[in-house]
Amino acid sequence: MSPFPAHLLSMDDLDAEDIAEVLRVADSFVEVGRRANPKVPTLRGRTVATLFFEDSTRTRMSFETAAKRMSADVLSFAAGSSSVKKGESLRDTIETIEAIGIDSVIIRHGSSGVPAQVAGWVDHCAVINAGDGWHQHPTQALLDLYTVRQAFGGGDAGLARFEGLQVVIVGDIRHSRVARSQITAYAALGAEVTLVAPATLLPPSLEGWPVATVTHDLDEVLPKADVVSLLRVQAERGSGEFVPTLREYTAGYGLTVRRAAALHPDAVILHPGPIVRGVEIASEVAELPAALITEQVSNGVAIRMAVLFLLLGQVPVGGAHRV
Amino acid sequence: MAERERSHTRPRGAVFVPRAQVMSADDVRRAITRMAHEIAERNRGLHHVVLIGLQTGGVAIADRLAATLAEAEGASLPVGTLDVAFYRDDIGLRPVLPEAVTDISFDLTGATVVLVDDVLFTGRTIRAALNALGEYGRAQVVELAVMVDRGHRELPIRPDYVGKNLPTSRDEMVDVSEDGVSLGELVSR
Repeated sequence: MSPFPAHLLSMDDLDAEDIAEVLRVADSFVEVGRRANPKVPTLRGRTVATLFFEDSTRTRMSFETAAKRMSADVLSFAAGSSSVKKGESLRDTIETIEAIGIDSVIIRHGSSGVPAQVAGWVDHCAVINAGDGWHQHPTQALLDLYTVRQAFGGGDAGLARFEGLQVVIVGDIRHSRVARSQITAYAALGAEVTLVAPATLLPPSLEGWPVATVTHDLDEVLPKADVVSLLRVQAERGSGEFVPTLREYTAGYGLTVRRAAALHPDAVILHPGPIVRGVEIASEVAELPAALITEQVSNGVAIRMAVLFLLLGQVPVGGAHRV
Repeated sequence: MAERERSHTRPRGAVFVPRAQVMSADDVRRAITRMAHEIAERNRGLHHVVLIGLQTGGVAIADRLAATLAEAEGASLPVGTLDVAFYRDDIGLRPVLPEAVTDISFDLTGATVVLVDDVLFTGRTIRAALNALGEYGRAQVVELAVMVDRGHRELPIRPDYVGKNLPTSRDEMVDVSEDGVSLGELVSR
């Protein structure tokens, strides 16, 4: 078995065994989260920095909560109030951070590939991708897998259910780093992924993507879906310009009350948040027991604790990372 | 979790090769019967006594102690399991991973906790366990039961109930299973 990677940049970094390990370790952190005092001393003396060059509430809070629950020290870096504004380059910012002695940087950036580039610059700092451009958002995919496994009974039995599982991903695939991470993650565990989107919101080419089916007809695929994973129409990435109107998007691709009624009784509904009620999901549907949106957020903390533990807990403080 | 191959701990591959059996399955059974009676003797009536098995080796022994106490004393003791990985002091020095999810579904406040493990060696697992236990309530008393005490303590920790005192060298390994107790070496494949 290969060691856990030194950085988490993309779901491509993790094989099925690594994924199983993250989910298994997360089980233990879920138990920690249920305690009256949900804090463990595991990463005492480690320092984690969040570098967010893009707005985020849940991902940043989730990572910071995860690090604090493991007793790591957390530095929060917002690009707007940093030396980046004075003209410092990203490379110099990273070198400064490493010189200070940070053990892990958690990066969100609007440009694809920035975390990978940063990983090439650092010597002993674990880089975690918290979302880069349209490229990847691996911890979101991992918490989705955890939530689905939990809905199917958890543990190894829940994990075994991914083989042949029908996963339908609906929405702006083109601009979505979440979708790219999800597709790789579900495929790694043997699930069959169907993409549903208007042609304008699909990437120009799906060559090499582990996708079983691509369709524009949501109503056709819903009855056989085990997992329906919705994506937000991302106004900030311009996806609104790729559909005539939001109402038309909802008519074709929104999970309306009528469509939700067509779902299999055991099917689950996921959404990475923030949800835009009435567009990709009807408000009533978001409140259904099958909608696991709140569970996803809670599980996100445990997943990020597991990732931090696997990246930082296995190597000496300030020590050399396995390459 | 002290002694057997840590199945979830990288690097995998090292296996236990037994050299000598030091306790038979019957010896282990008799030791459990004796330790159960010692627990009942010291904690008259077994009021507020709970058993906590340490993952992974202590869990089966805690279950057997509970079964013996149920039979001999008619006492149905709460049994929990504890994984100490997040409390270890060697995180970052060697691969440390949780073996299983901790399961303590009762409040330990005021309880007499009997920690149960298969092998007592350096005492560091027990130190971690004492820290972890605090998260589940303030126990009145914590006692320690182990099947094998192999010496080489690095911390001031001492067991209250011992199946067998077994002199070992530091690089030997002790394996405890329902088939008995063996002394041997850990060999990389």
